[in-house]
Amino acid sequence: MSYSQKVVDHYENPRNVGSFDRNDSSVGTGMVGAPACGDVMKLQIRVNQDGVIEDARFKTYGCGSAIASSSLVTEWVKGKTLDQAMRIRNTHIAEELALPPVKIHCSILAEDAIKAAIADYRTKCEDVSEIGVQPGAQQAAKAAA
Amino acid sequence: MRIPIYLDYSATTPVDPRVVDAMLPYLREQFGNAASRSHSFGWDAERAVERAREQVAALAGADPREIIWTSGATESINLALKGAAQFYRDKGRHLVTVRTEHKATLDTMRELERAGFEVTYLDVQQDGLLDLAQFEAALRPDTIVASVMLVNNEIGVIQDIEAIGELCRGRGIVFHVDAAQASGKVPIALEKLKVDLMSFSAHKTYGPKGIGALYVRRKPRVRLEAQIHGGGHERGLRSGTLPTHQIVGMGEAFRIAMEDMPSDNERIRALRDHLLAGLSQIPELYVNGDMHRRVPHNLNVSFNFVEGESLIMAIKEIAVSSGSACTSASLEPSYVLRALGRSDELAHSSIRFTVGRFTTREEVDYASELLQRKVSRLREMSPLWEMYNEGVDLNTVEWTAH
Repeated sequence: MSYSQKVVDHYENPRNVGSFDRNDSSVGTGMVGAPACGDVMKLQIRVNQDGVIEDARFKTYGCGSAIASSSLVTEWVKGKTLDQAMRIRNTHIAEELALPPVKIHCSILAEDAIKAAIADYRTKCEDVSEIGVQPGAQQAAKAAA
Repeated sequence: MRIPIYLDYSATTPVDPRVVDAMLPYLREQFGNAASRSHSFGWDAERAVERAREQVAALAGADPREIIWTSGATESINLALKGAAQFYRDKGRHLVTVRTEHKATLDTMRELERAGFEVTYLDVQQDGLLDLAQFEAALRPDTIVASVMLVNNEIGVIQDIEAIGELCRGRGIVFHVDAAQASGKVPIALEKLKVDLMSFSAHKTYGPKGIGALYVRRKPRVRLEAQIHGGGHERGLRSGTLPTHQIVGMGEAFRIAMEDMPSDNERIRALRDHLLAGLSQIPELYVNGDMHRRVPHNLNVSFNFVEGESLIMAIKEIAVSSGSACTSASLEPSYVLRALGRSDELAHSSIRFTVGRFTTREEVDYASELLQRKVSRLREMSPLWEMYNEGVDLNTVEWTAH
């Protein structure tokens, strides 16, 4: 299988590999895919008080295209608001990386991972606001302590 | 040391320089047609063909008159299975084979099914070996042909063809053995085995591609229906002008195999074991197939929590085979490893290393160091590895299948 230069670059020099503490209230975690299908992506976003994604991390079990797709979206989501990040489409990812048709599912998975991470973060916010604490405030309190 | 390093000797082997030397005169001066009976060009070619037939027969413990030239093991298998099934079709319509056979056997069996035959595909045990009781239980009064490979191409395990032959002979079942991966790796004594048909290839044993042989037992005589018709060469079983240079190459390759097998195997086994020792430093490594009933040059391992295609991409400096079909749209893990009961993940992350006559210790060291480095890098990137280290049982996780 011949990969595009961009896929090879992301595969060989993946951006933002790693993990955040998934229990941190400013972190949203999305895990999509299944080992039996050959792809599992874990995407994490750290959201600041203004609702902007200030950092992202990923870990991916999968082929070169899956690794490249997730590496690329960690770059793309940074600096975006949650609503802006929600608008990232798999077609943008596939186009940027010049994925061959058999690898389109990697870009779909990456899109799903962003949505899952955002959904996880939003669920956390709701849980927290129910007990009357803003997620950002809690984060600030933690940092101060 | 030349990069990439070739560690895929079960796919094919380089032609031994001694074999090339033996072949060249038959491409130049001695170009005659072995079927030409009226001049010395033909006589020379015929002599060379018959000498090669003796060399091939010698390695297999057969009579030279039992060897038929073909274009390779795939053709031999087609001729053996279709030829025997068609000849004995009035005796019965049932054939028996094994799920882990090479596609040349499995696809031929599928074709026979389309032609009205019935085929039983037997499972293997977790070590890749056939359960003889299960094999015996599959035999029926209308079974006419059984086909089992001597050495598996993916995991290198050696089936007990001696015992299988006993079970077949007593019932008058024609027993075919695919020995493409076996020649020069394990001793074959056809004079003692109850095998009726055996397929060989030259290019897995340091001979040229495009030439193979089929052993057809004379006593008791096994009959076949020819699949290629023409000039009546090879006693009418396989027509077509004999490729003298290819045949000479196969003969020389098999002569060398016979001479060098003990020393080659000892050296190659040491290299393979050295490779396994190096790779064993990687945690969560699984060897596929039995390690004892196995050819000395094969090592098939799975690296847990690493995806196969990304692993292959990471080890471009070595030429190995992967258990996964990367180019297909659907994820298709090796059917051989699936038959051993390996999970999709493990089957998909398998690598087959096959060392050979020209492999050096330096190359093996390079390969195991490369694997250690790359597997560890990919695991750092793998969420599954992270979960495994956190003590999560991956079987209890609810995945979002896609």
